[in-house]
Amino acid sequence: MPTFVRTEKCDGCKGQDRTACMYICPHDLMNLDKDGSETGHAMKAFNQEPEQCWECYSCIKICPQQAIEARPYADIVPLGASVQPLRGTDSIMWTIKFRNGTIKRFKFPIRTTPEGSIDPYGGKAAAEIAKIDEPGFFNHNEQNGYRSGDPSELIRKSSKKRLTSC
Amino acid sequence: MACCGAAYEIGPWVQAAGGDIKVKLLDKAAMDRSGAVAQGLSAINTYIGSEQDPADYARMVSNDLMGITRDDLAYDLGRHVDESVHLFEEWGLPIWKTDENGERHDGSKGMTPLKDGGKPVRSGKWQIMINGESYKWIVAEAAKKALGMDNIQERIFIVKLVNDKNDKNRIAGAIGFSVREHKLYVFKAKAILLAAGGCVNIFRPRSVGEGQGRAWYPVWNAGSTYAMAAEAGAELTMMENRFVPTRFKDGYGPVGAWFLLFKSKATNAFGEVYMDRNKEMLNDYPPYGQAAVPASCLRNHLMLKEMREGRGPIWMDTVTALANLRETLSPREVKHLEAEAWEDFLDMCIGQCGIWAGENIEPEKKNSELMPTEPYLLGSHSGCCGIWTSGPDDVGAPSDETEAGVPDYLPKGWNWGYRGMTTVSGLFTAGDGVGASGHKFSSGSHAEGRMAAKAMVKYVMDNKDLSPELDTDVDTLIEEIYRPVRNYLEHKDYSTAIDVNPNYVTPRMLQFRLQKIMDEYVAGIATYYTTNEHMLDLAEQKLEMLKEDALKMRAKDLHELLRAWENYHRILTAEAHMKHIQFRQESRYPGFYYRMDKNFVDEENWKCFVNSVYDKETKTYQCFKRAHVDLVDKSKLFK
Ligand SMILES: Cc1cc2nc3c(=O)[nH]c(=O)nc-3n(C[C@H](O)[C@H](O)[C@H](O)COP(=O)(O)OP(=O)(O)OC[C@H]3O[C@@H](n4cnc5c(N)ncnc54)[C@H](O)[C@@H]3O)c2cc1C
Ligand code: SF4
Ligand code: SF4
Repeated sequence: MPTFVRTEKCDGCKGQDRTACMYICPHDLMNLDKDGSETGHAMKAFNQEPEQCWECYSCIKICPQQAIEARPYADIVPLGASVQPLRGTDSIMWTIKFRNGTIKRFKFPIRTTPEGSIDPYGGKAAAEIAKIDEPGFFNHNEQNGYRSGDPSELIRKSSKKRLTSC
Repeated sequence: MACCGAAYEIGPWVQAAGGDIKVKLLDKAAMDRSGAVAQGLSAINTYIGSEQDPADYARMVSNDLMGITRDDLAYDLGRHVDESVHLFEEWGLPIWKTDENGERHDGSKGMTPLKDGGKPVRSGKWQIMINGESYKWIVAEAAKKALGMDNIQERIFIVKLVNDKNDKNRIAGAIGFSVREHKLYVFKAKAILLAAGGCVNIFRPRSVGEGQGRAWYPVWNAGSTYAMAAEAGAELTMMENRFVPTRFKDGYGPVGAWFLLFKSKATNAFGEVYMDRNKEMLNDYPPYGQAAVPASCLRNHLMLKEMREGRGPIWMDTVTALANLRETLSPREVKHLEAEAWEDFLDMCIGQCGIWAGENIEPEKKNSELMPTEPYLLGSHSGCCGIWTSGPDDVGAPSDETEAGVPDYLPKGWNWGYRGMTTVSGLFTAGDGVGASGHKFSSGSHAEGRMAAKAMVKYVMDNKDLSPELDTDVDTLIEEIYRPVRNYLEHKDYSTAIDVNPNYVTPRMLQFRLQKIMDEYVAGIATYYTTNEHMLDLAEQKLEMLKEDALKMRAKDLHELLRAWENYHRILTAEAHMKHIQFRQESRYPGFYYRMDKNFVDEENWKCFVNSVYDKETKTYQCFKRAHVDLVDKSKLFK
């Protein structure tokens, strides 16, 4: 489902240095046609290698103008369907249009904290250099997630100990 | 994921070590959406929980990968992984919960966090459900804040690592270029974490038209991890292993939730459940076929029999599964369930929804076709190829090597000092990079990145006086990296058609050639995953010429220069895969690949690791065995 850019909606991210879609595409596919020499549409973005598109929708979700959509792969899918998201700060809304006209809408939460609010080390103790050789992370099991395991499960470790203690 | 984990963990250790260690993170893309988690995920596939033991996890990993994994690595990951999962929840990742009445709630509700004893919704023994559209976005936010944007550079493609002038078995730096401006970057470092994901698109994909980019694993991870490690001299392990996931046909939508959460069954064209019909075949592969959950490759093996004998297509019986659930659930829960089925795709494989919508498939009304994909190379998902990595020293790992033939300069046991370090001093890896383990997934990759970061600080502290010197001068490196550009500029006017020129090859055509060789000779889809010694010989000859021609790739712009070097990494990774399959005189992973001349599992001679080192002077791989040892009792799986 390669992406395509709607001519009348894209504003080239207002001529900024880097457009949102170029910034985000993990595969370097989105490109801005500054002078129109590649597409005939100056200052609009386009997918420069549609057959490499993973349909990850990163560009679609980030475009401030909702100018990007995806058209299911022409070599696989019958015409007429579309899947379009609208991503907000705490949820995402999806509209799925079937070839036969059926429409489904879904809304899912995407995060429980405000964007940009993560305080990575807030409330966490500092690392202790004396513990750098021990298992575990810098924050001393503050997340209650370290599973030390039943020592008797380690068959070689215990047999080695038994040997040395005899 | 691994790099985000490292970015988070390293800061406090650097502080504790005195604060004068400089850290830099490089990514070929934007961290918010880079790597395998770009679309998001709908589950965290590795969560141990308080009710299971790291040893149980190590056992599961081992059986799924046909017995040959490093228990030390899996066990250590099992100890650490939940720490990362709990952090994800603190940062804002919505994790589903089960309440006192056993009802499921999606992650937006303010319920008790896992850290304080909240009960996750298990979709399988190890998996927990999330609303993960923004998974990468959230984990990247924490990583960026932890490290600071001053220490992060995006859109830098690393082309190669550089060894130390005074010690060729030590890392000294890396070189890469910006995909946005005409700049090349040379980095010097005492320690480097190489965690650039797995390898996609070395085999001809099922779709060769517009849908070519619809790979199952992320199309942008090009084997950089394995290729750069190999060229730097790091020992690789289990590069013969591959993953051939069975997925919804054409879109590659995930099936895990359908099998585990919705209890759906897969059948042949006649409605027969092939796992039942062909269950005797599991006895051909003791003990791996006889565990409660047979190894993934064997499940493919049973399905492929149906396809080869003409009883396809294979169906996922979504209609019956959802109808059965309707009998036990309230209408409200059923509506939620329908949303869950779609969310599973929308959160990590949106393209599958496009196919369902285009073919008018509603899963409660119409079944969907399943298909095994083209092969993928990875070490973090259900595969175990990668780099030979130093493990923990407190779980009973061997300290010696009993197999003959390991080159003398390589370490003997399974730990040689620093957790996560490769056999090259100062070069670390994590996630898809760590071989002979597998099933770490997103959470485990993050945790493994954190373990490596901590060990790297220790390494740097222990090597205070070291000052890395590049073994190649910078001009030579630049010359090499820009070669594709020069090829283009020198020859472009020779012909009138920009892509057809006898003096160079486009990265795109070179990739097609690689995919054709791998598909037709190295057990791709064209031959139903079969090969033999003679086909591998031919593959070897053809790959050799392909590697020579890689020097003639052209790049007409920065984007194509990126593609050129990605494909170079793919070739080296593909070659390792081919050489390892050639070396291993058996078919260890039936259902993933068959050497028809050795179509059996040979526990006596081949229950061992196959490892290799690459010699960058002669440009050849050398394979050898390493002994396999169990650190946890595997017989428990069969009781
Ligand atoms: C479709 C799909 C479904 C999955 N489902 C689940 C699931 O349900 N639950 C789960 O837990 N896990 C799941 N996984 C697995 C999980 O995503 C991976 O295990 C994990 O992301 C691996 O982490 P990593 O750090 O090794 O690689 P990645 O996360 O892929 O990161 C690799 C990084 O390297 C960068 N890079 C690559 N090459 C270069 C280079 N040459 N120079 C500079 N940078 C480079 C990339 O841009 C990226 O940032 C799924 C993966 C996929 C693709
Ligand atoms: S992000 Fe949207 S508006 Fe901006 S350049 Fe891309 S398509 Fe155009
Ligand atoms: S959908 Fe993903 S791969 Fe395709 S152009 Fe957009 S960001 Fe790039």
